[in-house]
Amino acid sequence: MDVQLKVRRQNPEAEGEPYWKEYALAVPNHFTLLDALIQVREEVDETLSLRCSCRSHICGSCGMRVNGHANLACKTKLSDLHTDTVTVEPMGNMPVIKDLVVDLEPFWKKLYSIDPYLQPAGEVPEREYVVPADSMLHLDGVVNCIMCGACVSDCESLSVNPIFIGPTAFAKEYRFVMDPRDAADTQRLMQMNGPGGVWDCTHCFKCVEVCPKDVAPMDRIMAMRKMLVDDGVAEKHNGARRQKAFTDIVGHYGRLDETRYLMKSVTMLELAGYAKVGLRSMTHGKLPPLLPHRIPDAARIRRIFERTRSTYRRRFKLHQQAQEGSRV
Amino acid sequence: MTTYAFYPGCVAKGGAPELYQSMVAVGEKLGFSLSELTGAACTGAGVISERDPLAGDVVNTRTFAMAEQLGHPIMTICSTCTGVMAQVASRVNQDEAYRSEVNQYLTDEGLEYRGTTEVKHLLWVLVEDYGLDRLKEMVVRPLEGVRLAPFYGCYIVRPSSSVDPLTAGREGYLEQVIATLGADPVEEYRGKDKCCGFPLLETNKKSSLALTGKRLDEARDVSADALVTPCPLCHLNLDGQQPDTPSATSTAPMPILHLPQAIGLALGIAPERLGLGRHIIDTKGFMGKLAVAG
Repeated sequence: MDVQLKVRRQNPEAEGEPYWKEYALAVPNHFTLLDALIQVREEVDETLSLRCSCRSHICGSCGMRVNGHANLACKTKLSDLHTDTVTVEPMGNMPVIKDLVVDLEPFWKKLYSIDPYLQPAGEVPEREYVVPADSMLHLDGVVNCIMCGACVSDCESLSVNPIFIGPTAFAKEYRFVMDPRDAADTQRLMQMNGPGGVWDCTHCFKCVEVCPKDVAPMDRIMAMRKMLVDDGVAEKHNGARRQKAFTDIVGHYGRLDETRYLMKSVTMLELAGYAKVGLRSMTHGKLPPLLPHRIPDAARIRRIFERTRSTYRRRFKLHQQAQEGSRV
Repeated sequence: MTTYAFYPGCVAKGGAPELYQSMVAVGEKLGFSLSELTGAACTGAGVISERDPLAGDVVNTRTFAMAEQLGHPIMTICSTCTGVMAQVASRVNQDEAYRSEVNQYLTDEGLEYRGTTEVKHLLWVLVEDYGLDRLKEMVVRPLEGVRLAPFYGCYIVRPSSSVDPLTAGREGYLEQVIATLGADPVEEYRGKDKCCGFPLLETNKKSSLALTGKRLDEARDVSADALVTPCPLCHLNLDGQQPDTPSATSTAPMPILHLPQAIGLALGIAPERLGLGRHIIDTKGFMGKLAVAG
């Protein structure tokens, strides 16, 4: 098959600005993007820089953006792309060293910041730590992370907020928080509730989408938000207030009441900052109704929320009992 | 013509009333048969699922059951509603055991969901059910000479486990509709499936506005005259918060149209009926460009 690779190249060391270079190749149908890039480097242009090692989506070295989205070059089969021109760029949210090679230093720093290792309490057992298999099953997806950086590359929050701890580190954090052997829960929860923590995720699903190993970092971040709320750590955080306000309002009226929601989600001081937005909306005839709008039969929605809440309480108790059992 | 169980969502009934009014006007013109689900609850917009995932699944399944009872597919005009419903559907439609667990909470209303309701955004309805050829025939005032960039947002394109534009063959629908209306669909706009910043508004306003500003700057970079979005939550930030974005004072305002407003203009519906005067970012300049081009 014929393929046109449009590669974004750059050599910051030589103070070079980024530019696009195109390579036209005839390649076998089974070729991956990595195969094609290696062919370019070996036969067409030896100055092209890229990282790779295992060629089998295990090592996580060849992360790059393919047609705008991060992926592993070795996992991207050219014939699956259904396009003759393939744009190839270095991963985002990380500085470029040269061409498709990015500096992973900031990536590792974020990961180290969450203490990515098991911190058990008490005496070290004579043999291994024993845990019931059931308590590890839900970590099945998250332990598959190969640290390729694809999720960090395409993270929308990181693109504007450099202190956000980010999807890879938080997926790893989840892996330890949910591990019954780890005893650093309190410290971990405090950190994820702080600046750059889980409340800075913008819920865009990009990390879930681009992860080549189905780690689903955003889902883990959302699970940890729930943990923060359930454990009472986040009570005063706008993230928790927002969740509570939204759930309480819909749970009561059946529908969101935007004015009430805003009043309950932010601090009084922040609310004052919204006064001009309110005024702006009012003068444009788009201020939401001041009286709460409710759906007919809102009582039925109320009943649903009451009943699901009691189901949670029951399950939470069972879960706690199981956890205590596993620690004995 | 199929009748749809119409689910407008909270924002079309609250902070973006112009969306609801433009949909009603467009629906009349195109001959849509819309039966509004007035008793349906909010989808939770991805927030309820953070705190109370089961309640989120139950209230959405309740909506599916109401539409199923009527025998109509659901039509939404909000990407976020569509996405949340699709995520819930991916859990309850296939998994019978989970569906019956969820159904337990609906029995006292006499509802039981059997897993058959289809949920479609207006965008999908236009292309798949109504047909772009038919839509083209209805265009009396082609939007020629203006560059309308598509802004999908997140929920209508991700995650692919529940809404996959590629496998569903839905990639490029918005561009196709824009082109059918006669405008240039600015294919090179890179912000089209990125985040508008809305979900961060209460927790990190600075980041939220920075994201909104980025999307607008990307549209200015490719000389778009306006953005068109199928998501009113994106509209709340792109339009409502635009004056507070970092580059607002140094750049030209970027009008943001709801999808039915763009369609309505091409169908010859008066701008007032489409609520084009109810935007924070004035649409008059854009309307002027249209008039000059026309």
